[in-house]
Parts: sequence; C-alpha cells; structure tokens
Amino acid sequence: MTHQPSELELDRRAFRSRRERRSVLVAIASTLAFAVIVWATLASTPGWAIVQAAFFDPEVALRSLPRVWDGFLLNLQVLGMSVVTVGVCALFLATLRTLPGAVFFPLRVLAAAYTDVFRGLPFIIVLYLFGFGIPTLTGERVPPIVLGTLCITLTYSAYVSEVIRAGIEAVHPSQRLAARALGLSYAQTLRRVVLPQAFRKITPPLMNDFVAMQKDVGLISILGAVDAVRAAQIMNAQTYNFTPYVVAGILFILLAIPSVRLTDWYTARLRQREQMGSIV
Amino acid sequence: MSAVLTASGIWKAFGDKEVLRGISLELEANEVVALIGPSGSGKSTLLRCLNLLEPIDDGQILLGGDDISDPRVDADGVRARFGVVFQHYNLFPHLSVLDNVTLAARRVHRMPRQEAEDRAMRWLERIGLADKAREHPDRLSGGQQQRAAIARAIMTDPEVLLLDEITSALDPELVGEVLDLVRELASDGATILMATHEMAFARDVAHRVLFLDGGVVVEEGPARELFAAPREPRTREFLARLSA
Repeated sequence: MTHQPSELELDRRAFRSRRERRSVLVAIASTLAFAVIVWATLASTPGWAIVQAAFFDPEVALRSLPRVWDGFLLNLQVLGMSVVTVGVCALFLATLRTLPGAVFFPLRVLAAAYTDVFRGLPFIIVLYLFGFGIPTLTGERVPPIVLGTLCITLTYSAYVSEVIRAGIEAVHPSQRLAARALGLSYAQTLRRVVLPQAFRKITPPLMNDFVAMQKDVGLISILGAVDAVRAAQIMNAQTYNFTPYVVAGILFILLAIPSVRLTDWYTARLRQREQMGSIV
Repeated sequence: MSAVLTASGIWKAFGDKEVLRGISLELEANEVVALIGPSGSGKSTLLRCLNLLEPIDDGQILLGGDDISDPRVDADGVRARFGVVFQHYNLFPHLSVLDNVTLAARRVHRMPRQEAEDRAMRWLERIGLADKAREHPDRLSGGQQQRAAIARAIMTDPEVLLLDEITSALDPELVGEVLDLVRELASDGATILMATHEMAFARDVAHRVLFLDGGVVVEEGPARELFAAPREPRTREFLARLSA
C-alpha cells in the first residue's frame, strides 16, 4: 500500500506552494522594478546619449566582432595550454610542499620560496620580465603564445599549488592511515585516496583561479600578441569608439559563465552521490 | 604451533609521554588475543606500532620470522601483510564500497580487476552487503560501514588481523552484527589481535587476554581464567569498574 498523505500534510503542502508562488512573484516584481530604476537613472543622466554612442554602438560592435573574435581565439589557445601546464606544475609544487620527512626539507623550502615570490609578483611585471627577458636571452623571436603560456604558468602555478596544498591538508589524517595500513605507498595514497578527496574540497577555489586566469590571458596583449584586447584596441583606434572593448568584455564573460555553472553542477552531483540527507 | 607475530620490549614515546614501556607479546597462528585496559593504556598505539604505522623507539617485531622492525625492510610490503580495522571505519568516502574493498588487492597485490571484484563480491555477499557494493560508504549504517571495513581488511588474506576498538563508535544495537562477523572469522582460523572494550566478547572469542595499563602488560592469561580470577589488583579494579 502506498502512503496517503494526511489532511494535516496536505494542508502544509498547500501552504508551502502558496508561499513559494508568492516568493516567485515578489522576486519577479522586484527584479523588474530594479531594472526600470537603473534604466531610468541612466537615461536621465546628461551624458547617457554620448555613452551609448561611444560604448554601445551596435554597428561598431558588429564590425569589430570578427577581428576581436580572431584575437579571442588566441586567448583561448593560451588558456587551453595554460590549464594543462598550470595543472601539472601546481600539482608538482603542492606535492613537493607536502612531502614529509627531513630529507625533503630543501625541496619544501624551494617550493615555498617559489610560491612566495610568484604570488607576490604582480602579473604585469612577470609579463615584462619574462615576456621581454626571454627573447633577449635567447636572441630569437619567441611566439607570444608561448611566452603568454609561460608567464601565466609561472604565476598561476603558485596560486593553484597553494589551493591544492590546502586541499591535501584538509583530508583527514585517518584517511592516510587507512590507506597506508592497506599497504599503499606514499605516492599511491596521495593519488588514490588523498588527491581525489582534496580535489572535491577545492573545486570552488580552483574554479575561482580558473576564471581569474581566463581574464588574465587578456594581458598577453602587452607582449604584442594580437589577442581580443589588442584587437579591440586596434578597432578602437580605427573607429574612435569604445564598443570593441565592450565586445571583448562580453566574450570573456561568456567564457566564464559556463565553467562556473559546470562546477556548481559537478559539485552538487558529487555531494548527492557521496552524502546522504539534505543540507540545512 | 609457531608464533606468527612476536613483539619484544616495545618502547614508544610521543614527546615526553611514554606510551609503551617495554611491551612483549606473542601471537600464535589461528589465535585470537584481546588487548584490554583503560583508555590511554597504549592499546591503539601498540597496534599501530606492530604494523609500522608508528615507528618504535626500541624493541623488535617479528612477523612470520622476519624482523619487520629492521629499518631496511619494505614497510609498505609489511603493512600489506596485516589487515587493520579502525574504530571509525576510515572507509574512503570518494570510493564505492566495492572500490574500497578492492583498492589494496588491485593496487598493492596487483590482482586483476575482475578477479579482485569477484573476490570482493564473494566477501560482500557473505557479510550481507552485496546490494551495497556500488553505494558510497556515507549511505551505509555504522554497522554496515564497519563490516565493509572488515571486508576491506581481510580481502587480501592478511597474516594478522588487527582490530582497534571496532565497536566503540557503533550504536549498541549495531555492535552485535559486527561482533558476529569477527566471531565467524575467528572460527575460520584468522589470527586476530584486537583492542576492545567488549569484555563479554573478549571472554567469549579470545583465547588469551592481555591487560595493559600505563604502557605495560600488567597481566596476561587464558581469557576465561583472567576474567574469572584476575591475579593483579589493577586488573581486578579495572574489571570491577566495568561491571559496576
């Protein structure tokens, strides 16, 4: 026999759905009101017409899109390569920093010094130092895509390794103990037991760094690469209009949104699988 | 009978605190030995020292005749010869029950996946958890988790099974199902060393009992004798406090 909800429960459900409907209506109304106020305030400012023409010109937007898009593809290439190199380097650094035992003291110190230096150094300075320093050293032209990836990797490995280290240290020691008791080696324990749990804990901060990285690939324009930002700059110089920058900005935002939503979905799914009950 | 595990003169200190002060014990094949004693008497530390999870400060440990306290031995290989069950189960939350049970078989003992899973499923069937094989540990009750942890420990036929107060974290009505499993393993001939607070169970299942206090073995003897007529005043006092 299936469960027949009681009068009491039916009454509660009716109340809950009434309240839910009301909340949705309130949310829609307040959102609309807010949008109208913002629009009215903007439209009533004396410079709105000029701003509209200078930043949101649809014709300029359409004209600049192909070139900005071509530049954006370069950003995507650098980003794609950097995700791999940053991942590998950061994991390596985090592993070094968490190695136990006196033998590895020099390695731990080295890794710590590296993260201190590159987390402290502004990214623009890294770009100048390495982006212009390395071609000077080698005496040859190095493609900006390679230099960009290198600089992103240098800086972001430092950040990401600290996040990974925090995740490694957040895994309860009893987990290591259980793994070692089974005969797993230090490396196997790290790979099979500690890191999988660490990455579940650090997915949100990792995504944070990933989104920050998506934006910072826009700085490789400094190295002379014609990326989205540089392409926008060129179009800006041709049209005396700032709309190309807005176009580039929108492209970067569109890039960030799916990765953020994807993480939310992924962490929710993991939680559902590995945890029972609701979260209050 | 020959000794499977022999420990002699084990010393262990954490900082200034001496937890084990010259403990010796012997475990024969197919023997079940219970370690009893008040909290902080060194039971858990002793178990961890025996399978090299903690380095010892002095003494010698022989497993199947090999000196495993020699720093030149492969400690991972030694640990793989033990099975350990912890008070708080310590199952891996990111792995399914089946993956928990097969992890060591596959990664340490290099058993092919299919063989490991078949073997694990046989164990899970036997302990009544076959239908939970694909679940993650968090979805299991405490008793089920602890039984899965026992399956994980015995999957690879360890020479010695170390049980560290495996029922202390369980609700009273779940203790029975876990102890029944241990009783079964014991009658199958497993060599077990268990730290426990379950005196009735120790009297029932253990062949010998060691009473630890202050890091030394105060008294040891056949289970029935020790519980029926403890010789040492400290043992008497401890047992009296428990039954009070």
